[in-house]
Amino acid sequence: MKKLSKGARSDLITYAAVILAFIVVSVLKSNGSLNRSQSGLLVPICCYIVMAVSLNLTVGILGDLSLGHAGFMSVGAFTGVITAMSLMNVIPSVWLRLTLAMIVGAFFAAVIGFLIGIPVLRLTGDYLAIVTLAFGEIIKELITCLLVGVDSEGLHIIFNVSGSKTANDLKLLEGGRVIIKGAQGATGTKTIASFTAGFILVMIALVIVQNLIRSRQGRAIMAVRDNRIAAESVGINVTRYKMMAFVTSAALAGAAGALFGLNYSNLAATKFDFNTSILVLVFVVLGGLGNIWGSIIATVVLYILPEALRGFANYRMLIYAIVLIVVMLATNNPVLKTYREELRAKFSRKDKKEAADT
Amino acid sequence: MTAGSLKNQNPPGIWDAKMPQDVRVRRDPLVPVTRTSFLPERDADKTPILECIDLGITFGGLKAVDNFNVAIGRTEIAGLIGPNGAGKTTIFNLLTKVYQPTHGTILLDGKDIAAMSTAQINRAGIARTFQNIRLFHNQTVLDNVLIGLHNEMEYGMGSAILRLPGYWKAERIARERAMEYLSLFHLEGHAEELAGSLPYGAQRRLEIARALATNPSLLLLDEPAAGMNPSETAELMENIEKIRDTFHIAILLIEHDMSLVMNICEGIVVLNFGRIIAKGTPSDIRANPAVIEAYLGRKGAKTL
Repeated sequence: MKKLSKGARSDLITYAAVILAFIVVSVLKSNGSLNRSQSGLLVPICCYIVMAVSLNLTVGILGDLSLGHAGFMSVGAFTGVITAMSLMNVIPSVWLRLTLAMIVGAFFAAVIGFLIGIPVLRLTGDYLAIVTLAFGEIIKELITCLLVGVDSEGLHIIFNVSGSKTANDLKLLEGGRVIIKGAQGATGTKTIASFTAGFILVMIALVIVQNLIRSRQGRAIMAVRDNRIAAESVGINVTRYKMMAFVTSAALAGAAGALFGLNYSNLAATKFDFNTSILVLVFVVLGGLGNIWGSIIATVVLYILPEALRGFANYRMLIYAIVLIVVMLATNNPVLKTYREELRAKFSRKDKKEAADT
Repeated sequence: MTAGSLKNQNPPGIWDAKMPQDVRVRRDPLVPVTRTSFLPERDADKTPILECIDLGITFGGLKAVDNFNVAIGRTEIAGLIGPNGAGKTTIFNLLTKVYQPTHGTILLDGKDIAAMSTAQINRAGIARTFQNIRLFHNQTVLDNVLIGLHNEMEYGMGSAILRLPGYWKAERIARERAMEYLSLFHLEGHAEELAGSLPYGAQRRLEIARALATNPSLLLLDEPAAGMNPSETAELMENIEKIRDTFHIAILLIEHDMSLVMNICEGIVVLNFGRIIAKGTPSDIRANPAVIEAYLGRKGAKTL
């Protein structure tokens, strides 16, 4: 068999590790080793993994710092919730509704990503970061103004900019349901998200991102990141590939948002604020820019850590911060770096030797 | 054209076949085609691959390039020389639309390229290298050439993500072709190394390989021999002629190494302060007092 390239091998290892982790956790869950609060973390972890992997596409692969990723998640969450809730009587199958919700969430997030991308991707560096931050906040504020309900006549949507309207203004018929109540967000959502769905979404996100990276499109995106002028000089349409990465990233965040939204019966738009964007960015940066499996590990560890530290009560966030600082220092420490390189060189030499021997 | 196949059905495998000596393009005398331009005799009856008419650019009040009139034949190796700061690289940047010309026309194969972007110009047939090497340093040598082959591969984002047969076929062909381009420049052994880890001379060669991979009809080389030792330069000279003979393309190069320029260029354009001060064959240029003055100064020229 032809020898796999280094990249393809690491892709396969990532898939295998994720599948293995899913099996182990599923077994633990089914034999009751996980308590309620622990198993409650599973779906959000899957969502945040997808968020981190998709943000890595923008920040690590495309090289543009985006601080509004939670905005796309929120678009996906609320469009997903609206879809799932309004189709509750039409489509009885939970799985079908969940899938549809995620597709709709991804679609709307992609559309918003495209619209935001038109002005934003003309910018670079700090300016791009600031503008994405602003758009993230705008999305949050707009959703806070939203009143949505459903009855036998269909969807009722009011855009409550003045703040004077209430759910009663939706004028729902008998038997109608309010889905989104302005600042309160989505209320009374039927939670249909499951860990298995989260796992499948993570796998889909991994397949999309990793296969994209190792294609002509992915190489073009990385070429734009590494040297824009050289990329243009070999005929790469910079705007097109920036947009491709940005929109794909937004769509995946939207799907993750839809799953996230359907995991809670009450969800306010303020959940998807700047802090959430930064949280995901921390996962990406700590996991390593452009490093997909790094994002996954960082997400899992950093999401579980604050929960695991509950025993320390008030010192919880202090310890969390210290861990972040230590990890940052450790990964950037030149002494450790050379040590790691040496180890890697030793291993690869071993590999070569073995290959030569056989 | 099936999806996934490569546009150019004539892979550079022909390179491996030994070229019979008489196929090699001989150096022709230059013949005038317009009032201001010359072409090698064999190309004179065809449309020049590149024609600049009255090309110029001003930065603020400074005329960086002015009144630049040049024609380059379809299989010509042309040289662009001049003292530092004469505007040579600016001309490359004008030709590839890194800068927008303030006035004048650029005709590529007879077609005006005024409305095109840098990327479109590459697709139309101009590839270039850079004076300060611009490789994708953090990517492998092979990936650098594969990025050059970007527009030669035809599969969409869908086939990339779903890994449809079109993806595998195009990737396999592209990899083979990339390795052929690498072997032209003796880089095939370094395919999996990071481009940034190559020695300087090899980086220059890789940049040429990447530019060639875009299947150009005109190759612009910005100081290809800079930082090379004499034996590397000699090999480069041979390579440049080989590239022209194999791919039948025109090459315009900027170079300070006069032995290289005088040895392989057919037409030479000398630039000083953004204006052409001389044009002609190497022997014309060598004897031209204006050129000697530009390089050595008036005093130096007198003592020569």
